[in-house]
Amino acid sequence: MDIQLKRGLLDVCVLAAIKNEDSYGYKMLKDMKPYVEMSESTLYTILKRLETAEMLTVRSAEHGGRLRKYYHITRAGLNRIEEFRGDWKEIVAIYRFVTREEAGQ
Amino acid sequence: MTKNEFLQGLRKSLTGLPADDLEERLAFYAEMIDDRVEEGMTEEQAVAETGTLEEVTERIISETPLKTLVKERVKPRRRLKGWETALLIIGSPVWFPLLIAALAVLFALLISFYAAIWSVVIAVFAVGAALAVSAVGCFCGAGALALTRRWAKAGVCLAASLILAGLSILWFFVCKGAVKAAAWLTKRTLFGVKSLFVGPGNKNSKSK
Repeated sequence: MDIQLKRGLLDVCVLAAIKNEDSYGYKMLKDMKPYVEMSESTLYTILKRLETAEMLTVRSAEHGGRLRKYYHITRAGLNRIEEFRGDWKEIVAIYRFVTREEAGQ
Repeated sequence: MTKNEFLQGLRKSLTGLPADDLEERLAFYAEMIDDRVEEGMTEEQAVAETGTLEEVTERIISETPLKTLVKERVKPRRRLKGWETALLIIGSPVWFPLLIAALAVLFALLISFYAAIWSVVIAVFAVGAALAVSAVGCFCGAGALALTRRWAKAGVCLAASLILAGLSILWFFVCKGAVKAAAWLTKRTLFGVKSLFVGPGNKNSKSK
């Protein structure tokens, strides 16, 4: 898939993984796995980028005698998901146009 | 491989990364491995699931911008003493142009290497274009000969044009291969340059 397109999609995926409740790295990978495979380093890079963009916040909490990082979505993050829903309609329209051309041949 | 061996290995192979970034990454991987173990995997399995050291190292280097690596490489490890700073400033008319020149040479080398790779690709495409044009030319020639009723010559021309057309179609696959190879080489070169700044054996390595 086109790298720029994929990068934008994966950002939204990660935001969606913390949309309903705060989550941590491993759980996010597991939740996304049925839909999209992502390596740890990719997830790390995306989390960093989203944190810098203030679309999520990070806090450390104790879990079983060690620290675990939990990620919390911000208003900006929720807005990004909404924005994506808007974009999606455009993408679907383009997809329809492309496949209609194919079917017509 | 145990978790500690894995993390120590990463620490070694990624010494060129900024220290705080490195520590944060290691903590991230440690948490992932711990979470996998908590779910019932053995430590070995959990580490294996994360990937081999080489894979993880390569992925991280590919994702880190070259700028970050170079910046980290040229950063002094300790505070400069007063006289060192003074020397640096006094000497700047000498070392500054030298540094610029060295960087320019490096940059020029990289650019010419890329140019060389891609000119091969352009040449390959040119051959394909030449084949296609000759095919069309031969076809037109065959038509002209047929009009003047020189059948034998027209036949030879037509056959030649068909062969050329066939060759140009086959050549298309060669073009595709060439583009792929060039793209791969370009990517590997960038990775190679980045590797110069990361990993054991560079001046920032410290055994911890």
